[in-house]
Amino acid sequence: MQLIFEKSRPGRGCTILPVCDVPEVQLPEQLKREQPLPLPELSETDISRHYTALAKRAHGVNDGFYPLGSCTMKYNPRIDEEMAALPGFTGVHPLQPAATVQGCQKVLDTAKAYLCEATGMDDITFQPAAGAHGEFTGLLLIKAYHEARGDLHRNKIIIPDAAHGTNPASAVMAGFTVVTIPSNADGCVDLDALRASVGEDTAGLMLTNPNTVGIFDSNILEITDIIHRAGGLNYYDGANFNAIMGVVRPGDMGFDVVHLNLHKTFATPHGGGGPGSGPVACKEILRPYLPGCAVAGDSAPKLQVKGFYGNFLVVLKALTYMMTLGAEGIREACEGAVLNANYMMSGLRDLYPVAYGQRCMHEFVLSLEQLKKETGVSALDVAKSLIDYGMHPPTMYFPLIVHEALMFEPTETESKETLDEAIAVLRALYELAYSDAEQMHQAPHHAQIKRPDEVQAARHPVLRYQR
Amino acid sequence: MGHYIPSTREEQQQMLDSIGAQSVAALFADVPASVLRTEPLDLPAGKSELEVRQAITEMAGENKVYGTILRGAGAYQHYIPSIVTYITAKEEFVTSYTPYQAELSQGILQSIFEYQTMICDLTGMDESNASLYDGATAAAEAVAMCRDRKRTVALVSATTHPDVINTIRTYCYGAGHELRIVPQQNGQTDLAALQEALTDDVCCFYVQQPNFYGQFEDCQALGEVVHQAGAKYIMGCNPIALAIMKTPAACGADVAVGEGQPLGMPLAYGGPYLGFMAASAAMVRKLPGRIVGETVDADGQRAYVLTLQAREQHIRREKASSNVCSNQALCALTAAVYMSTMGPEGLKQAAVQSMSKAHYFARRLAEIPGVQVQFGDQWFHEFVTTLPVSAEAVLHALDAADILGGYPVEQGILWCVTEVVSKAQLDQAAAIIGEVCASCS
Ligand SMILES: Cc1ncc(COP(=O)(O)O)c(C=O)c1O
Repeated sequence: MQLIFEKSRPGRGCTILPVCDVPEVQLPEQLKREQPLPLPELSETDISRHYTALAKRAHGVNDGFYPLGSCTMKYNPRIDEEMAALPGFTGVHPLQPAATVQGCQKVLDTAKAYLCEATGMDDITFQPAAGAHGEFTGLLLIKAYHEARGDLHRNKIIIPDAAHGTNPASAVMAGFTVVTIPSNADGCVDLDALRASVGEDTAGLMLTNPNTVGIFDSNILEITDIIHRAGGLNYYDGANFNAIMGVVRPGDMGFDVVHLNLHKTFATPHGGGGPGSGPVACKEILRPYLPGCAVAGDSAPKLQVKGFYGNFLVVLKALTYMMTLGAEGIREACEGAVLNANYMMSGLRDLYPVAYGQRCMHEFVLSLEQLKKETGVSALDVAKSLIDYGMHPPTMYFPLIVHEALMFEPTETESKETLDEAIAVLRALYELAYSDAEQMHQAPHHAQIKRPDEVQAARHPVLRYQR
Repeated sequence: MGHYIPSTREEQQQMLDSIGAQSVAALFADVPASVLRTEPLDLPAGKSELEVRQAITEMAGENKVYGTILRGAGAYQHYIPSIVTYITAKEEFVTSYTPYQAELSQGILQSIFEYQTMICDLTGMDESNASLYDGATAAAEAVAMCRDRKRTVALVSATTHPDVINTIRTYCYGAGHELRIVPQQNGQTDLAALQEALTDDVCCFYVQQPNFYGQFEDCQALGEVVHQAGAKYIMGCNPIALAIMKTPAACGADVAVGEGQPLGMPLAYGGPYLGFMAASAAMVRKLPGRIVGETVDADGQRAYVLTLQAREQHIRREKASSNVCSNQALCALTAAVYMSTMGPEGLKQAAVQSMSKAHYFARRLAEIPGVQVQFGDQWFHEFVTTLPVSAEAVLHALDAADILGGYPVEQGILWCVTEVVSKAQLDQAAAIIGEVCASCS
């Protein structure tokens, strides 16, 4: 398909602005742009067709099953989008007087009430724009807390080896040294390793529970207690919150601070990679360090992780969703997610070994190590083969502790038929691996493109259109 | 069932039977009994779509949407062409994830590749990433790119937006590095003070163009001084102004960043917005976040993929260049559609008209006794005036006429005018301000 620049024709354009109704002011020569501005010149028809063609070359939640593990690709309700498009929200300047933004304030206050209750926390900031941003923010709260107590040597954050890559990356950005602890034979936290790693330099622990292999760590109370006894604080990575909401709260499991991915658990769309929203909720002891907004007049906020108050419209979509679900609906969504995952897992596990455990929460991880050994067909091959069936592949090669990993998260918004179909396709692919591995090495066969050459892309980076 | 759950009770029972579980509760057997909730959350019951619509619409009604906005200070009301809103609402764009699977994400990947090209064209820089959270975080990430073992101190001009300063400060606090503010003089970065501040432990200097007061800085001169000291030079730019002003590349910037909200995003009480970032070729492997690159597929056809991933958290973990995972892809798409619709001429018009109208308004205000335009006369679409009366009195009178006045600052008020405000609206605002000033003095 042509790039938008290749469709440009000199002299085309859209009439958007009126003629200027005041005398024109020019920049002095030394401030003027000298370089040409080669933006595309297109009619509105050209633009409309171009982006419609691009949209057809994308796969959204509405295009088919999207069991991308750790990403919670649930259905994104239309009403949420419509509410976020109301001019009463989109037209509000972030620095309007307080009396004129009572509605926005109510949105944030109500969302805060829902999320604090759901997490078992006392306060929240909506400033972080995504999960990773929330991690960074939450870790800064932990840092500020220890410093305020004069506890200046707590510079280590303990993170299991199964954790998401953002966890260690965020810890380093917050100035901590990462202590990686191995998972035990069940894929959970190795208590002995944890005990051996804590000390006077422990700032805290970062954990997601259920963990990244989809298992709820039943030692959770002991784990958080070990950290607290050592003087550290517990951070909950809320990427997997869909598995527990309404059933158990991080605040009741000994966690002091948590981020939520509203763009996962609370049904706001991912937009092809954002905008998300990663609010951070915390216990009373961390409240004094929550970030503020300098330009809005917060008196010298110590911390600020972004301009203004966060991705407001995303919070609004999440609130619309939470109000729709209510107390019971939130729990039912969680139960539905766990039921769907267990059902799908049980339909596959005789062929594809499950990495850990008998039961899973909202997602499960299969290891295709054996299949690869016997047939040469890898997790990648199976994932790519799914594309020909109109299905988005699961998360591949994560977590790193599982070889040839495929991580499925079906979510509660998928029907039994969809799961049955996916199970049938995966079972057929298993057979195919033994009969025609070559076909799977070449998959997908009917997609927009064949497999791309990623090595060339990285070795000779072409990151923009070359005129 | 409702609430977006398709399974019926019957189907749920079938699923439980096939799993071999007694009940849904049995699936949660690993949760310690002492913390397993038996009571529902203390939240309202679920509501129908109609009830939720009514409740949320009521909240929207409690906000005031001004007919005229003369306030910027980091968030700018520009005209958003209809096609922008329409295209960015397409559900394939809205509901897809980060394009990890290139074979079914070429549309998303190509749109990001095109966005990266437009950001390079706008800034004159060599390479762009796929987006960051907003202008403030882009600035903070840019500072992080410039640090090395020996050079750890970041310099930021006092003429920078307070949120940007504070966000950079927070990221520096995280990394354990120092931030120093270079003072301003008459609304501009103090060049002599900058020269003095550029010790050999300084990694970079950040300046905003036009700055928080709307003033154009002498960015070329600043850049020369910074490079002479062996530090990196970061410019935070208004993307609309870039259509007409000297590019960061031409000013010698190593990294150009900015708040992309003016490129087609509504004010929306502060977000979601867009952080853009582009860098010189030498710094490309230090860029944070996602980057899309061109390659070929197995048939030799042109294709797009996420690339240079060896920088990123999922590969490098604690050694990653940044922790960014989800960014602001849909906002980047918005910016790309906006720039395509405006085209080179339209974007220049948005810039020239905003600037012309702001200067017209300044001239009108300057006619009012006691109102003085502060600082120099080289500014874009924001400017500061003194007032003979309190800012509050002026803002109050404007509010009564459905006008959001400027942002109160130490010297008076920071005004902003964009292309959407008509001459008639400016005349009306000037008249109101004139009356307030006359009646109170
Ligand atoms: C377990 C886990 N933690 C954190 C993140 C980061 O979230 P975000 O992409 O919103 O920054 C993810 C996202 O995939 C995740 O799966």
